[in-house]
Amino acid sequence: MAWYIVRRFLQLIPVFLGATLLVYFLVFSLPGDATAAICGERGCTPAVIAGLREQYNLDQPFWIQYLLYLKGVVTFDLGTNFSGRPIATIIAEVFPTTAKLAIMALVIEAVFGIAFGLIAGLRKGKLFDSSVLVLSLIVIAVPIFVLGFLMQFLIGVKLQWTNPTVSGDATFTELLLPAVVLGLVSFAYVLRLTRTSIIENVNADYVRTATAKGLSRKRVVVVHVLRNSLIPVVTFLGADLGALMGGAIVTEGIFNVNGVGNTLYRAVLNGDGPMVVSIVTFLILIFCLANLLVDLLYAWLDPRIRYA
Amino acid sequence: MPEPTSPSASSRPTVATAPASTTAPAVARTKTSPYPIEHFVADPDETPVRATDSVVSDVAPRSLWGEAWRSLRKQPLFLISSILILGVIFVALFPGIFTHEPPNENCLLANSDGGPTAGHPLGFTVQGCDILSRVVHGTRSSLTVGLFATLGVVLIGGLIGALAGFFGGWVDAILARVGDIFFALPLILGAIVVVQLPVFQQNRNVWTLVVILVAFGWPQIARITRAAVIEVRNADFVTAARSLGVSPLGALVKHVIPNALAPVIVIATISLGTFIVAESTLSFLGIGLPPDVMSWGNDIFSAKPSLRSNPMAIFWPGLALSITVLSFIMLGDALRDALDPKARKR
Repeated sequence: MAWYIVRRFLQLIPVFLGATLLVYFLVFSLPGDATAAICGERGCTPAVIAGLREQYNLDQPFWIQYLLYLKGVVTFDLGTNFSGRPIATIIAEVFPTTAKLAIMALVIEAVFGIAFGLIAGLRKGKLFDSSVLVLSLIVIAVPIFVLGFLMQFLIGVKLQWTNPTVSGDATFTELLLPAVVLGLVSFAYVLRLTRTSIIENVNADYVRTATAKGLSRKRVVVVHVLRNSLIPVVTFLGADLGALMGGAIVTEGIFNVNGVGNTLYRAVLNGDGPMVVSIVTFLILIFCLANLLVDLLYAWLDPRIRYA
Repeated sequence: MPEPTSPSASSRPTVATAPASTTAPAVARTKTSPYPIEHFVADPDETPVRATDSVVSDVAPRSLWGEAWRSLRKQPLFLISSILILGVIFVALFPGIFTHEPPNENCLLANSDGGPTAGHPLGFTVQGCDILSRVVHGTRSSLTVGLFATLGVVLIGGLIGALAGFFGGWVDAILARVGDIFFALPLILGAIVVVQLPVFQQNRNVWTLVVILVAFGWPQIARITRAAVIEVRNADFVTAARSLGVSPLGALVKHVIPNALAPVIVIATISLGTFIVAESTLSFLGIGLPPDVMSWGNDIFSAKPSLRSNPMAIFWPGLALSITVLSFIMLGDALRDALDPKARKR
């Protein structure tokens, strides 16, 4: 097991390096002045530009730039953004909110997705099943920002059940609506995945054996069918955690949540290259770690997968 | 009258099943076995022969595509989605039929955020433009981006995936690693990072957006194609073609790819919807299509500030967007059921 973890971890390193290299190259080496955003419309004097380029290592050859940047990542010294604030501090400030939002969304999609998928799968072809299937198709098709605005308008503005936007404190009740919006699309996928998995397993031999042994229907469903059906679902949920972090850009924008996504969006609009690269690196890291977690979880859940 | 040379020596009424079984194999068996072999098979009167499907040998068997078409025709999901898609394409080609109002002229600020009036059934945007006209004219750019991004992704991702799957070895290893790197960077995230660069901000149009979406969207199709090609690569008909002297590339193009196409088409159809969403998400964030291009995402972006006073200005383009995406996803679902029965579990 330990060797397996080490191997999976080592496999992550080239992916992480490649992805950060790609982002760094795109942001700093494509034509166009990376420092233009600081100077604004009127432009800076050549001396100021030279100073800025030196400050952000842009006067160095590309490989040196990238290595210096990597050194910064490893030592948690991400430098400053274009307004002069340390990037690591900003990320540490906004990350807890996004993490809270993503975990809430994950819990919502897991609980409701699995519950609805279980019921639909057990009643395949019945009214509940078909209506839930149609509903999930619609949820998948409606873009998240349309959904977000609709929910914000209906629940926040019309019904006034909750604040339409989230304050700086980002309390649990305030984050509930954004978390629902964020989790809705994945909810539909979890539901469909659980449903098919249940349908596949419900006629398996071991389920018939369990019934023949005289176990109650409840025990057969919960202990035998559900547990075995959850393997692909759990894998999906793990991979989704990383996607939720990135997908928070739109949701955080709509509900004005002061999180990683919103910070990234502002940095993109301001052309703040160092900030963009650092946040994307951070998101890539989380994405990679989430995938590692999934691999380990998968191996742990499904004994057929050898740690070879 | 001499005894028939039947294996049954006893007096029990036994019937040989079929003429074929009484000839060569039966004789061969009697030679190896020292005992007489008895067959106890019921009379045809007791278990009558059931009707079987007739084999029509003078008609070629239906291909995968013919079979798929037969099952597709019966699916309501397929019919609904294709009618919707044809409708959307028709609107994109001939927007003038559906609205006489030009989308960017006749915008009176006096009508800003106005409700429906005669001749303007959906009301007005914040700029006082006719919403119906803007929604109708916005169809073309959304569809163009989706269509060409999908085309590009299928060509590039399909080619890379097919090469990786067919040749394996180091080609596969390198291409898989490159795909992994792109996979760690989700489509929207990568697009957001790239779109804001000066290079793209200076030439923002439909085609640069297509290039960006293709650049970050190809790994998914590449993975699907690779898996499909690996499945087909070792099929008997490919081995037969190779042993008849067909070159590896020829076998790939003529035999492997046509047979590995089904899952690719399914995913491509679904990702057409995804690309339309991606375009509108970027436009919605204000960094996709330039403001002078009409698109649903741009309209939703510009209706954002007046959400509370005029929610319908967001609702209608959002509805058009959702219906279009829904119809492509439904079509993909229907195609999956018809073409790729094994993948139904996903």
